[in-house]
Amino acid sequence: MGALTDGVLTGSVYALMATGLTLVFGVMDIINVAQGIFVILGAYLSYTLQVHFGIDLFLGLLITIPTMFLVGIVIERAFLARLKGPEKTAMSILVTYAISLVIEGLLNEIFSVNNVQLSASYVNESFKLFGIYLPYIYLDGFLLAIGLLGALYFMLYRTRFGASIRASLADQSAAALVGIDVKKVSTICFGIGIAVTAAGGMIFGATNSFNASTSYDLISRLLTIIVLGGMGSLAGALVAGILMVTLEDLVGVLWSPVWSTMSFFVVLIIVLSLRPQGLFGKQSARVA
Amino acid sequence: MKKNAMALRSLGIIGVAAATLLTMSTVSGAAPKARGTASVIKIGISLSLSGDFSADGIAYKQGYQLWAKDVNAAGGLMGHPVQLVILSDASDPTQVVTNYKTLISTDHVNLVFGPFSSLLTLPSAEAVSRYGYAMVEGAGGAPSVFSANLKNVFDVTLPVAFDLQPFAKWVKALPSATRPKSIFYVTSNDPFTQPVVDTARSMIGSSIKSVGHLVFPSEATDWKSIADQVATAKPDAVVLGSVDVPTVSAFMLAFQQMHYTPKIFVCTAGPDQGRAFTSAVGAKNADGMMVPNSWYGGSVNPMSKRMVSEYVTQYGGTASGVNADIAEAYSVGQTVAAAVKATGGTDNAKIMTYLHSGVTIATVQGAVKFNSLGENLSQTAYTFQWQKAGTAFVQVNPVGDKASVAIEYPKNAWGK
Repeated sequence: MGALTDGVLTGSVYALMATGLTLVFGVMDIINVAQGIFVILGAYLSYTLQVHFGIDLFLGLLITIPTMFLVGIVIERAFLARLKGPEKTAMSILVTYAISLVIEGLLNEIFSVNNVQLSASYVNESFKLFGIYLPYIYLDGFLLAIGLLGALYFMLYRTRFGASIRASLADQSAAALVGIDVKKVSTICFGIGIAVTAAGGMIFGATNSFNASTSYDLISRLLTIIVLGGMGSLAGALVAGILMVTLEDLVGVLWSPVWSTMSFFVVLIIVLSLRPQGLFGKQSARVA
Repeated sequence: MKKNAMALRSLGIIGVAAATLLTMSTVSGAAPKARGTASVIKIGISLSLSGDFSADGIAYKQGYQLWAKDVNAAGGLMGHPVQLVILSDASDPTQVVTNYKTLISTDHVNLVFGPFSSLLTLPSAEAVSRYGYAMVEGAGGAPSVFSANLKNVFDVTLPVAFDLQPFAKWVKALPSATRPKSIFYVTSNDPFTQPVVDTARSMIGSSIKSVGHLVFPSEATDWKSIADQVATAKPDAVVLGSVDVPTVSAFMLAFQQMHYTPKIFVCTAGPDQGRAFTSAVGAKNADGMMVPNSWYGGSVNPMSKRMVSEYVTQYGGTASGVNADIAEAYSVGQTVAAAVKATGGTDNAKIMTYLHSGVTIATVQGAVKFNSLGENLSQTAYTFQWQKAGTAFVQVNPVGDKASVAIEYPKNAWGK
């Protein structure tokens, strides 16, 4: 029961981090392998606000989320908006990897490679419910993730801008023909995709010690989540994120931790052999 | 044309990124220029400046650089200035092999020093042996390294299998009234950690009831459910086979969240990383945490004292905050320096013969004397513990050793 709870609570945070990745791919055809380092950058921003300015981790999100949004806008305009043509997706991997390396180097210079962890009283504390200890930070992280995912969902399906995004997701050329500024939509989407890493990074940094190199482990997990969920699908990211961590935790408890990671990949292979587009992905290729 | 321009632009970005990283990491490892007309002795090293082992890799880099600085300040090796050529392997066993091949074939280094971790030492040692190079290293003490029967491997640190022996002897010898009633063994399946935990488990045997033995994959990144299983069993003692700080800190956090404090918590690595450990977990939480090693910042060895003093002057902090990796790296340099002086040059074949001759070399970690497998069995395994609210890293085992102080047992509650 404890493993199931851990899996759902932690998985939702991974889903939040992966949401930015899948949104960016869905709208822009860009595979952002720098998403892991953006999560770590978000964690370091929270760390800086807490250590140097005494700002609470959750309160600090009011600063870090807009900051990361702006970082995303700048990077999109400076590097990604220039990528065009049939090799755009492949080139985006190279460009975002380069961005990732630069940010990693800068973080190592500024913060050193020593691991740090975000601390607050609610990070260490927990309460007992039906015989299970529920750490406040995991519960808060879950609520934050669900809240932000809900807000994203609302924006996508209940606003005019969301309709523009969905139109761009379906067919960029057609969206442009009906007057949607696809470039602007792409820029804002990338900003949103990076902004969510501020929240994901804060929760990740409060539950794990980290340095810039931690991003490598993160990006491999995030990419796996969006492949399983279906690239471009928000619901897919949520389901796959929770499925991945829950399955790993359950296998670790019921069988052996040695097989926990492998078990997820077995599921991934089975799903992809039956549904190559992933759990919630669209079967037809989108027209660029 | 446009496609080419885009590809060139992307390559340019990557080039800038790579150049930036190289500037930040590798160039800082450059040694002083040759003085006078004496030719430079180039020493090639692959280190994990990024990736899972980056904290240890950077500490090793500092240790090697500190040694090179001291050697050059004293006139170099046989009058030749030493230059370190450091490449980053990103903690990758494939990249580390490529790096050593590059260092030998392209950079034409005279000597090589070892990388960090047994995981990277074995493939590197196999690669450099094909070129006839000796590999003196400080972090490749796993049995898998020595069982490869390579003639060019020399580990200046005590083999890891010995690490927890003093702890096991101490805990077994406790009076039955105070001895822990239950113990949980949990370890990563890393070549370094498993032999250490298995040896302790075998030595402790049935003198303490084992309530669990879990092995988790070394690539694990989410340890909470594993730590929760340990906490649920509520053992008096926990032996954790860890390779780094993140693993230990994840277990510590999960234990706090589960309202569980073991009476003994000993880890194979992590708490020995000085400030890198206390900054991640918080000094007060570090209190009572135990770790085996053959060196610590408070060592009374005069060479060690001098090295620690230099390190603190250069990087700040206190003796307790000096990472054990620094001493391991420094000892590698001292061992190679002794071999170069004794053989009169950088002929690797002569160096290997010399190191296999049974000679004893004094280093900051203590005596170094290699057996036919390249193991150094001359050192003593110690157990260390963070005490005084995480401000002092002290030797607690072997009990009776003049440098050992009383063990904090049972461990204080978290944050006390």
